[in-house]
Amino acid sequence: MEKRRSTKARKEEDDEDNTIWWWLVEKGIIPSFLCISVFALLVRVSVSLHPYSGAGNPPKYGDYEAQRHWMEITLNLPPKEWYRNSSTNDLSYWGLDYPPLTAYQSYVHGLFLRSFDPESVKLYTSRGYESYFGKLLMRWTVLSSDALVFFPAVLYFVFAYYSGRGGRKSDMAWHIAMILLNPCLILIDHGHFQYNCISLGLTVGAVAAILSNRDLLASVLFSLALNHKQDALKDIGSISLCWLEISMGMEGLLIVFYFDFTFSIYPSNKSYQSGVAALLSVSGSYCSHLLGRCLRRRNPLFEVFKLGCVVLGTFAIVWWPYIHSFHSISEVLSRLAPFERGIYEDYVANFWCTTSVLIKWKRLFTTPSLKVLSLAATISTCLPSMVRQVWSPSSQNFLYGLLNSALSFYLFSFQGM
Amino acid sequence: MKDPKNNQTQITNPNKPFTELLWFFLIASCIKFLLIPAYHSTDFEVHRHWLALTHSLPLSQWYSDETSPWTLDYPPLFAHFEHFLSLFAQFIDPTMVHLQNGLSYKSHLTIFFQRVSVIVSDIVLMYGVYCLTRNLERRKRNFVWVLVIWSPGLMIVDHMHFQYNGFLLGILLVSLAALQEGKDLVGGFAFAVLLCFKHLFAVAAPVYFVYLFRHYCRGGLIRGFGRLVLMGTMVFAVFVAAYGPFVYYGQIQQVLSRMFPFGRGLCHAYWAPNFWVFYIILDKLLAFLLMRLGFHIQAPTASFTGGLVGDSSPFAVLPTITPLITFIMVLLAISPSLVRAWRDPQPRLITRWVVYAYTCGFLFGWHVHEKASLHFLIPLGIVVLQSREDASHYFLLSIVSCYSLFPLLYEAQEYPIKLLLLLLHAILMWLGFSAYFSKTKAAEASDPGQRGGDKFGLKRSRGSGSNDIRFRIGWIMKVYLLGLLVVETWGQFLHPILLGNRLPFLPLMLISIYCAFGMMYSWIWQLRRIIRSIDS
Repeated sequence: MEKRRSTKARKEEDDEDNTIWWWLVEKGIIPSFLCISVFALLVRVSVSLHPYSGAGNPPKYGDYEAQRHWMEITLNLPPKEWYRNSSTNDLSYWGLDYPPLTAYQSYVHGLFLRSFDPESVKLYTSRGYESYFGKLLMRWTVLSSDALVFFPAVLYFVFAYYSGRGGRKSDMAWHIAMILLNPCLILIDHGHFQYNCISLGLTVGAVAAILSNRDLLASVLFSLALNHKQDALKDIGSISLCWLEISMGMEGLLIVFYFDFTFSIYPSNKSYQSGVAALLSVSGSYCSHLLGRCLRRRNPLFEVFKLGCVVLGTFAIVWWPYIHSFHSISEVLSRLAPFERGIYEDYVANFWCTTSVLIKWKRLFTTPSLKVLSLAATISTCLPSMVRQVWSPSSQNFLYGLLNSALSFYLFSFQGM
Repeated sequence: MKDPKNNQTQITNPNKPFTELLWFFLIASCIKFLLIPAYHSTDFEVHRHWLALTHSLPLSQWYSDETSPWTLDYPPLFAHFEHFLSLFAQFIDPTMVHLQNGLSYKSHLTIFFQRVSVIVSDIVLMYGVYCLTRNLERRKRNFVWVLVIWSPGLMIVDHMHFQYNGFLLGILLVSLAALQEGKDLVGGFAFAVLLCFKHLFAVAAPVYFVYLFRHYCRGGLIRGFGRLVLMGTMVFAVFVAAYGPFVYYGQIQQVLSRMFPFGRGLCHAYWAPNFWVFYIILDKLLAFLLMRLGFHIQAPTASFTGGLVGDSSPFAVLPTITPLITFIMVLLAISPSLVRAWRDPQPRLITRWVVYAYTCGFLFGWHVHEKASLHFLIPLGIVVLQSREDASHYFLLSIVSCYSLFPLLYEAQEYPIKLLLLLLHAILMWLGFSAYFSKTKAAEASDPGQRGGDKFGLKRSRGSGSNDIRFRIGWIMKVYLLGLLVVETWGQFLHPILLGNRLPFLPLMLISIYCAFGMMYSWIWQLRRIIRSIDS
């Protein structure tokens, strides 16, 4: 074993000696990961020194205030009232419109804030609360979620991805650096202020679990991701792109990076709701891949049943406070998927917005028919890769399928994402 | 098998090191740019005021103006540097360079301009490192860059606390590079220029003098004298260029009194981790013990951090320290390296001697700032890969010195940054050293004949060490480094919880004392090395 490794190492030595980072991967992948993640954290903290968007800009401020407000609401009200408009919970002022897992996360972070800076999460009085220390605490909540959820998930992903193909250590290190230093993610979470790292971390974890054939874990993680942010797969786009970056090699990197950038900055800035189309296309790849794999097992029905149970169970746990009555479920659901907005917001680089220069979609069709149209477009563009997944599931195709559904969702879904 | 290849890479593409170095520099610059909104100390206002001062007033009044308490106390070339910067600053924001209106002025553009000026002036540092490392083998070179260009100390002092050390150290490195290559005249010139930028670098002047006298001015009486005259004239010319105008305006007395404010105390407000920390503590302990034994000890009225010298002694028992004593002590401490330089002036050892001189200046000097540890840390990075002992010494020293800079940034916002900087540095050093020395070992094992005579002539530990030269740190060092963690935990968490607001100086004092042990170790280690080389 040792001998084989050493001859292999000698062969790679020539290549690895030619990079200026030869010493970084010398000790194995865990130390390199440690080093890269400390650097990535440093970049994140440095970015977080800058103001968040909407700082000092009343009356609505920005996402920072939305997140802080959610902490205030979840901390001071019982779970049943989180999604309900009442005298204490004015939903028109940054009402909670993310699934329950986000609410729980806000609650935990709210506890953290309350123990250090109680003023920042007081009901009513804390609206628009901005202070040096408050900002710092909020930044640290994002930072810690990133380090605790996203970073381990990436490590898991890289291990799962390379376990089959046995790539070079420097490739793995590059891959880790590519994902952890993705500028869009850093800017949105630590500059603009959001918690994408959690949903994204769960999604990456799910991808890794699929790659390492742990279907049940994958479904749990993915259900959790969906319950954190309904448009989780939109973000997986950037991850798949990172992966593509590696497989395409360096020449494709610049183009992809640019694309990557426009791809995730704008949508996340512009929209907070996604809708049913999201859920469909998001889960599409996962379900089809898992389904395809289950059908190849000895007891296909039992496998599907097991997966279904796990998914339902996860959902049931997360939705526990709301599943007692149909009314409260529909209350939450209506918060998650509002269709009042138009098919596209300005500046979003999707299909509808781009083609609207030539075809005035909003004038030609009514909103309901546009909904159907966009749904049909999204599903039909997702379908090929989904069918292929059911037909012959493979890890490689699964990743392409993810990319495909993320893109089709981003390009064709209602409200532009 | 390896050596020819490395030589090949050196020969084939001479421009390549620079492009590679540029990458390192750009990565560091990215972080520096991100750190623009970070905390900056009063030094920021000091330098802004100097911009305004040199921009609005004629040369003759630079050192006599008292508009702000932050009077100009750097040598003239630095004032010219500020004047040069102010030429651009006036277009960015005119208020910044206004003498009265600009006081404590902090617009976004001002901060941006000043920060960027530091980042851009670091190009000198990059050039200095380039000069020093362009002839090194590639693997060594890369790693030296990591130590110098990504130095967390420079990041903390220059790009957060705000100073221009990278620029000044760059000049020092250029000078050292010239000396190592045997271009003594250039080296001497660069050092003279450096002294006219910041006179604190003068601690190494004896080493420079002795080295240049013995190395440059040799070859017979006449030739040697001729060279001495040449070198002397050149150094004199630099000083005339810098100080001449002030002599002409009759300001030289004023300039010197500004540059050497001996009214300051033995220690800075935050005690730099040096020898005097032990002296102070010993004095306190003795006073305490004697009091217990029934002696009558008068409590000192003066403090050692400020106050005028000669008023009263800040020490209860031990004799007072005057600037002269510190001066003599520094000279005494440096003397082994002077003897060595006198006996056998070797270009390859000059960096070590200069580093040693700055270490002595740091340990025994008068009113030393903690930032002065960068003066020896940065040049030491150049020679660190010569042996495993060097590497482990550097590993300890750089962590200690970076940690001793922590009190400069006391606000909560920068806390994770300084922690991550130190952590990243430690991991990089660990990865780099272990990779480098394991590779060196492999290369030596594969062809012992070629590698036996190390280029730098330094003995590796033979015998038991010859089959294990991998990078390791001893258990004492490990325990000491873990102790840093304890000190930090005490200062940050346990002290506020257990003692509340009582003894507020204790955490800082602990850091000073604890780091002072590391610094003393480093001094003794270097001294031993120099003395040993005398014996051999």
